[in-house]
Amino acid sequence: MKRLQTEIHEIETASELEKLVAENENVMVCCGRMGPMCIPVYDTMEELESERSTIKFYSMAFDSPEAAPIRNAAMCKGFMGLPFTVYYKNGVMVQATSSIQNRSQITPILDQHFK
Amino acid sequence: MDEIYDVIIVGAGAAGLTAGIYSSRAKQKTLILNEGAIGGQMVLTHEIANYPGVESTQGYSLSNTMKKQAKSFGADIKSNAKIIAYHLEDTIKWVELEDGRTFKGKSVILAPGGRPRSLNIPGEDTFKGTGISYCATCDGEFFTNKEIVVVGGGNSALEEAVSLTKFATKITIVHQFDHFQAFEHAIKEAKENPKIEFVMESELRSFNGNGTLNSVDIEHLPTGKMTTKNIEGAFIFVGYSPNTHEFKNLINLNERNEFIVDSDLKTNIPGVFAAGDCIAKKYRQVTTAVADGTIASLSSSEYLRNLK
Repeated sequence: MKRLQTEIHEIETASELEKLVAENENVMVCCGRMGPMCIPVYDTMEELESERSTIKFYSMAFDSPEAAPIRNAAMCKGFMGLPFTVYYKNGVMVQATSSIQNRSQITPILDQHFK
Repeated sequence: MDEIYDVIIVGAGAAGLTAGIYSSRAKQKTLILNEGAIGGQMVLTHEIANYPGVESTQGYSLSNTMKKQAKSFGADIKSNAKIIAYHLEDTIKWVELEDGRTFKGKSVILAPGGRPRSLNIPGEDTFKGTGISYCATCDGEFFTNKEIVVVGGGNSALEEAVSLTKFATKITIVHQFDHFQAFEHAIKEAKENPKIEFVMESELRSFNGNGTLNSVDIEHLPTGKMTTKNIEGAFIFVGYSPNTHEFKNLINLNERNEFIVDSDLKTNIPGVFAAGDCIAKKYRQVTTAVADGTIASLSSSEYLRNLK
């Protein structure tokens, strides 16, 4: 069941996340709620989706038990602000950020890992 | 030749989106440029129960509906649009974006809203997202069974402190004055909550920790005495500033950096209007922002008619 009202595709299960990450070279997932710190990240991803065809952009509901692989990821240890935004390169989580991020904070991460 | 919009609206909060709905529905070529979150401060509100005609809704939901309405009437909405220069004096006005794009329009409605004030003290940037938060609804649960501080003395600080008592073991509200600037019912509810303590006439001076936040330094203002308090989280609610700093030498602002407008929401520049939390006024609600957006759009329409 979809929980987020965003224009980007929502991952609903842990197995869907696992398959997606395994089958795609570059994946960015914003794991959050429909809150003020999360919505700006979804908006930015929505824009970037039309500009960066080599990257898959997805959202995932933080409160879903299926999001445990992100919530409990080693890279997210100590995070205390939504959303948890994670980046996968060739199946491996290479970066994670906590709380609100704007376009100028996200694009350097994409440039660094997804060249 | 560059496309010229009838109206360029800067900001997509309640005022900007409402102006966008009215202008695009009036068949004007409408562009909404937005730097932050669509919906502005509306999305900060978990529940909106006093919006007439709507029994109860969530801030993001109302904002999403407004965005869809504006789009359905033909408004072009561009988010993440950071404007670096405004050229507003001539009949055809134009703005330059950080990414090099430029947009031209015959009229401009400024609705840039406000932004949460930060404390600008050592450690604040370091611990954002790892101990410091500006949104209790978003991040409250991360502070379950932890001791935290809440900074501020207005309605947001007191109401959010009470809501955080669901999670935290103890909350200390640190406020710079000897009294609160909140509604009586909010003060009463906070004072009656056994989990909340108050440190008045005091300000935070630094956030400290190694990787995660573990203490704050607090100065008692009348005596200058410094104390260190061990905490694991901090929520900051110290009000909002209007997003008008880039207009300082362009448009008349008052001493609080709010746009000075007349009853039709005209600024001192012909064809430039302002609406929402950024204008000089007493009450700031979603409903007042919506009213401002309506008036600014209708005033802009009148201006455009007179141009022809």
